[in-house]
Amino acid sequence: MMRKQYTISIFTENQIGLLNRVSIIFTRRHINIESITASESEEDGIHRYTIVISEKEELVKKVVLQLEKQVDIVKAFYHKNEQVVFQEIALYKLPGDVFRNLHVEKIIRHHHARILAVEEEFIVLEKTGYKEETQELFEELKSFGLLEFVRSGRVAISKPMTKFNAYLKEVERASIQ
Amino acid sequence: MKTQQKIKKTSGAQAVIECLLNENVDTLFGYPGGAIMPIYDALYDFKDNINHILVRHEQGATHAAQGYARIAGKTGVCLATSGPGATNLITGIADAQIDSTPIVCITGQVASHLLGTDAFQETDVVGISTPVTKWNTQVTKAKDIPEAIAKAFYIAQSGRPGPVLVDITKDAQFEQFDFEYKPCKSIRSYVPSPKTDYKQIEKAADLINQAKKPYVLFGQGVLLANAQNEFKSFIEKGDIPSAWTIMGLSALPTNHPLNVGMLGMHGNYAPNLLTNECDVLIAVGMRFDDRVTGDLSRYAKQAKVIHLEIDPAEIDKNVKTDVAIIGDCKKTLPLLTQLINKKSRHQWLHQFKTLEKIELEQTHQSTHHKGNELSMKEVIEAVSNQSKGEAILVTDVGQHQMIAQRVYQFKNWRSNVTSGGLGTMGFALPAAFGAKMASPNREVIAVIGDGGFQMTIQELGTIFQSKTTIKILLLNNEFLGMVRQWQELFFDKRYSFTNMVNPDFQTIAKGYSIESEKVIERDQLTAAIDKFLNHKGSYLLEVKVKKEENVFPMVPTGASVSEIRLN
Repeated sequence: MMRKQYTISIFTENQIGLLNRVSIIFTRRHINIESITASESEEDGIHRYTIVISEKEELVKKVVLQLEKQVDIVKAFYHKNEQVVFQEIALYKLPGDVFRNLHVEKIIRHHHARILAVEEEFIVLEKTGYKEETQELFEELKSFGLLEFVRSGRVAISKPMTKFNAYLKEVERASIQ
Repeated sequence: MKTQQKIKKTSGAQAVIECLLNENVDTLFGYPGGAIMPIYDALYDFKDNINHILVRHEQGATHAAQGYARIAGKTGVCLATSGPGATNLITGIADAQIDSTPIVCITGQVASHLLGTDAFQETDVVGISTPVTKWNTQVTKAKDIPEAIAKAFYIAQSGRPGPVLVDITKDAQFEQFDFEYKPCKSIRSYVPSPKTDYKQIEKAADLINQAKKPYVLFGQGVLLANAQNEFKSFIEKGDIPSAWTIMGLSALPTNHPLNVGMLGMHGNYAPNLLTNECDVLIAVGMRFDDRVTGDLSRYAKQAKVIHLEIDPAEIDKNVKTDVAIIGDCKKTLPLLTQLINKKSRHQWLHQFKTLEKIELEQTHQSTHHKGNELSMKEVIEAVSNQSKGEAILVTDVGQHQMIAQRVYQFKNWRSNVTSGGLGTMGFALPAAFGAKMASPNREVIAVIGDGGFQMTIQELGTIFQSKTTIKILLLNNEFLGMVRQWQELFFDKRYSFTNMVNPDFQTIAKGYSIESEKVIERDQLTAAIDKFLNHKGSYLLEVKVKKEENVFPMVPTGASVSEIRLN
């Protein structure tokens, strides 16, 4: 079996220390977390982690079961890239006079990047997209005095239509002995 | 005394005790210290309601709670202070985690305004214990104590049991609030016992009914589910030979005709060899530990595998399953029993008997009555006979453990307490103590080697102070025997730091007013064991055994179960 990129979505109660519990499951098996984001979900009180790893599916399955086993985790899913819609956001800080070079305008238009802030000393651009896309813009801006670059972890929404709420109800029903 | 579910204005510390009473806790194992003093102060008023055992080291508290939990079938409870008190619990917690033992540890913590400041005796015990607990939490407000403790007990004992830790800051222990206790009945994110898919039971029954050589492997799941009767009905109806993991030992009497012996590295010959000959392998409440399976790529490849298991994360973790029956085996076993045909399988059972004979002949020569020195095996055999297989046997870790597991003839279920998954030396003495607390009327025998004995030897003080009766069988070979055996077999006999210069154990016992005897000669043994078993009060029987005895059978690391060695 081949190593592939997988997106793991974890729905959790909002419990302090849970991130530690989650990350240990990966580190114990020497699995490198390529990106991780956490936020609230559409359900009240339920948080959602999105973790990207590249591993064999067999191992990903085991990890997801280990995750689901944790008391404060409601449900965990894994998806291949083609089963999710995903995005990353990148910010680029450039010198304030960068537009003196006409080339920069072309690059920004070409990449559909947005200008978030213009200050005397610097400007900040934003670009969302796949990693390859934000990376490409990064490479192109390098030669124009790029001051800072930062990229978020992946956020992803799965294509299958079952709502998380349905899973939540199912787990809640099963949780009553 | 009636437990109170509501009290106006009380301290967090007293609330902890009220919570414990609400959870029917009658025994605590603990050790006081600065950050847990308010709880100990509250405990002072409940001396008649809760029996608090002062251990000599917090590790002892966790092992005692484990011994208690395994025998009582209910959650064991530990108390410890912050910092070193809490870190000393970790070995026992890790042991309870890997062996699925329900314990609740309550630790004191520095006051909440000091958290994160490297205060005196502050450690991040929630952080440290996260990988070895089923669940843990820190409480910084008195009002959160009842819910945290209710959840702790619910989580520890439901589903696949495990250790839980609740860390309570000192200010929360002092804080006054209106106490109300509601036991936890469910947690929305937690499914202790997943629903069983009936189709899987039908599939499993079909496989078993068509099988020529079905074979059952059972683990602690049978004991944890209280399913010993359901289990017996199942194997008896199908006439299926059944072998145990050390955690499953005593779920079925040793002399039951279908009990074919022990699995794994130091298990019996037939159960290991025939794993690779059966056609349907039925695993009940066990997790295919590497010490059981040997090389996985050559493990039961010819067989269809049925796995009855409460924890979905165990399915396909080590061995690929054909049919997975998720659920509590107390419920799933009777459903399966209903669907299987009544059979008798003389020939298949005979194969086990034949191999058993070979094992007896070959290992007997190497371990028995050879020379003047006593072998561990003959000592355990004698103890088994003279105690009529009725004792609770608590074993430490190493050669004596493997031999005791295989040799003792258990008559009663839930009679074996050992450190399985973690292999914690020093486990037996405190665990035996906990087992005795859970079942004061039963004989508790702790079998310990000279290495392990000295890892928690201070718990003799606990035994002394609480006037408990523990029978300690010390098998002294003046070696860390199991490591020495491996050095002999796999490291060219380079005995690197495995020989022990031991103290006079009888003198130590005497210091704690524990009577003792030391046996060196074979002809002393029977009388000495009689005295050991009949003595009122605790007793140390030290037996000097052969220095370089090896435990066989053995499946060397990385070998297949088929490559089991008899000598």
